[in-house]
Amino acid sequence: MNRPPHTPRMGICLAVLGLLMIGFGISRGEMSVVLEKAINICLECIGIG
Amino acid sequence: MDKKNSANEWKRHKIQTLWALFTNSYLAGFIQGKIYRGSLKNLCVPGLNCYSCPGAIGACPIGAIQAVIGSWNFKFVFYVAGFLMFAGAVMGRFVCGWLCPFGLIQDLLHKIPFPKKITTFRGDKLLRKLKYIVLVLFVILLPMFLVDILGQGAPYFCKFICPAGTLEGGIPMVLLNKSMHSAIGWLYAWKNLLLAVTIFLSIIIYRPFCKYICPLGAIYSVFNPVSVFRYRVDRDKCTHCRTCAKVCKMQVNPLENANDLECIRCGACKKSCPAKAIH
Repeated sequence: MNRPPHTPRMGICLAVLGLLMIGFGISRGEMSVVLEKAINICLECIGIG
Repeated sequence: MDKKNSANEWKRHKIQTLWALFTNSYLAGFIQGKIYRGSLKNLCVPGLNCYSCPGAIGACPIGAIQAVIGSWNFKFVFYVAGFLMFAGAVMGRFVCGWLCPFGLIQDLLHKIPFPKKITTFRGDKLLRKLKYIVLVLFVILLPMFLVDILGQGAPYFCKFICPAGTLEGGIPMVLLNKSMHSAIGWLYAWKNLLLAVTIFLSIIIYRPFCKYICPLGAIYSVFNPVSVFRYRVDRDKCTHCRTCAKVCKMQVNPLENANDLECIRCGACKKSCPAKAIH
């Protein structure tokens, strides 16, 4: 899987947009919701809750 | 399968195994029946890896999406969606082929001999659209709109469907944690039934969960045609022998579309090409 000769502009733009979204998500505190869910046993996930 | 392709497959399995071990390296969890509670769980892993697995050191992206969408204060998830967009835009479904622990489990299950393995069947292509319905309905819409009085939605995909959660989280946690024995009910039985069906189907069909159900694969798949790293067929070198299409276990024909939504970037087509026409 090599880089094609033509610059994959769409892929690069989407990757940059993804990074911007990560930054925005972190800035508005989404990471803490993820952490809170991930550090407690998710009873629904394991089929108990 | 020729020797070259077999060697490539085992190399891939080694990388899948190392990655699965790394992302589930909290060994104390397996001994104590607890899960890792450190700050690394702020971060998502790229593959389907239940965060309630005793060894998990990162967050499952599908679980994280549902957690954020289902929380009372957020109704869109920029952080995890951005992470998946970045990973998908860079490498498409490479994660499915190389970095997903549940993909590895299905790969290994499919190596178990069975009298009649099924490569494709009537309705196969149509059934592959099901994963997009699962993504939209169970991962996005239900957690967003089917909420309790506090405005919180449950992780419906994890709760009713995900066999990875049962295998990686449910079974070990129940085995290791006696306090959970009394809490087992119909939901646990249902999820174990789904897991058993997935395991059986994985023996006769290559990666049935990835093909038909996985919402993470559905997300990554839409980036396959535009990702930075993708396959390219050199039409001048290609002899149209169709070897690439014959070796593909996801039933992709690279000649028609080298970056098909179903391609998990396993590399079998590239390695098998006698004319070295796939880059």
